Amino acid sequence: MNRFLRSCLTSPWFLPLVFGLAGLLVWEIGLLVINPDGFVLPRPTEILSELQANWDEISQASRNTGFIIVSSLFGGVILGVVAALIVTRFRSANEMITPLAVAVNAIPIVALAPIFNNWLGLTSPRSNQAVVVLLVFFPVFINTSRGLTNVDPNQIELMRSLASKPWTIIRRVRIPSALPFFFTALKLVSSLCVVGAIVVEYFGGRQDSLGSKITTYAGFTQYDAAWAAVLAGSLMGIALYALASLAERLAMPWATRQS
Amino acid sequence: MTETTKDPTSQSQGAVDILDLNKIFLPGNASQVIALTDINLSIAPRSFTTLIGPSGCGKSTLLRLIAGLIEPTEGSVTVNGKTANRARQDRDYGMAFQTASLFDWRTVRKNIELPLELLGWSRADRRKRTEEMLELVQLSEFVNSYPRELSGGMQQRVAIARALAFRPSLLLMDEPFGALDEMTREHMQTELLRMWQETGTTVIFITHSISEAVFLSTQVCVMSPRPGQITAKVDVDLGERTEETRDRDDFFDYIVQVREALRS
Repeated sequence: MNRFLRSCLTSPWFLPLVFGLAGLLVWEIGLLVINPDGFVLPRPTEILSELQANWDEISQASRNTGFIIVSSLFGGVILGVVAALIVTRFRSANEMITPLAVAVNAIPIVALAPIFNNWLGLTSPRSNQAVVVLLVFFPVFINTSRGLTNVDPNQIELMRSLASKPWTIIRRVRIPSALPFFFTALKLVSSLCVVGAIVVEYFGGRQDSLGSKITTYAGFTQYDAAWAAVLAGSLMGIALYALASLAERLAMPWATRQS
Repeated sequence: MTETTKDPTSQSQGAVDILDLNKIFLPGNASQVIALTDINLSIAPRSFTTLIGPSGCGKSTLLRLIAGLIEPTEGSVTVNGKTANRARQDRDYGMAFQTASLFDWRTVRKNIELPLELLGWSRADRRKRTEEMLELVQLSEFVNSYPRELSGGMQQRVAIARALAFRPSLLLMDEPFGALDEMTREHMQTELLRMWQETGTTVIFITHSISEAVFLSTQVCVMSPRPGQITAKVDVDLGERTEETRDRDDFFDYIVQVREALRS
């Protein structure tokens, strides 16, 4: 027990956790003192009880939005990685396409949501998925192709000196070298896609989605319930980020192992 | 001296023969660079040849031509009686660079095993050879470490073990000790000579250091820049090298000889 306690105290999670809980406590008590009506900002406990009260609606909305998030995340990541592999295999394609992708990435893609709704249907989740896939695609594509080309030239020469074919070099040198870049992108898009999916739902898509619920609750001045829906979205974002970090640790033991 | 696995008939000719070699980058272009001109060089099997000269004299270019990584503009490079490119396809040589260039994601064992994997060796054979190589570079206890857990000198030793793992008849080294401190460097020179004697490999070695060139080599090729050419060849006969060799008079005589060749 003593050892368990010590490992808790020395864990890198310990201080942020304490700080976060203290923050919630200050939020709760501070609002109780200065703003007991809780009109502008509800207290954490009020948000929790609202989440409980609207559990069926919010959990259903979370499932629908969660499906869009996860499917688009997978789709965007796979497309981004495949495109990066193709583009780095052919150098001229890389020089032609990558700067273009950087430029396209500067477009506020979420702003295209109403246009996609027009193309794919206002209430169809397809248009939401399309926007989020695009949102995910570009950072993954750009980072991964940068990682695939950012390789120690001596390592390439070493492989060539051993008569390796281009595809062997991609598999054994370029892909492992690109992993840190890829995971940086993955952690970025794991939170970005939650933001994107919810904002896109403000404009259209299914009625029982988190974004739609947030606008509805807010429209009826049920701000506590809107906060509860935001909380559900936050939890999904945190969970995805944690999964991405875990995948990074598992895929790159050499970068995280304690020596 | 241990047996090499290579064809013994290759002993009859040079390990490397370079004939009237010229290398021009971007020939015919306004910005063409004459990298090497009139290179003639014959390297005997089991010899230790150093290329020395100022930066930009084409040492690395010459090494890459021997490696078959780039093609000569004129002339020919023959390695073990074959074209350089053929020798590359046949994996006749190992290579080491100024940076260890180990694969961060592979343990020391897996780094040394990489060439063996590419050659299609069985798992048991790979393991056995890797253990031998680690003994040779005296890093056996680090077999499961990742490169970033090793010091610079240790990383460089792993890189040399990787280059020698499949017992190539030829070892090409591009300033492998350039980034090491003086003490580690002298230690590594002694280690390299020991491995060279134990394996009977032909070594071609690039350096900026005159004393390093003299201490290691049986033949020092002095190069000059613009256009890159070999201006002198100094045969070094110091017998078996030990730490005492560095204090001997004939060691200093050779240093003076190489220094003067570099100045002229």
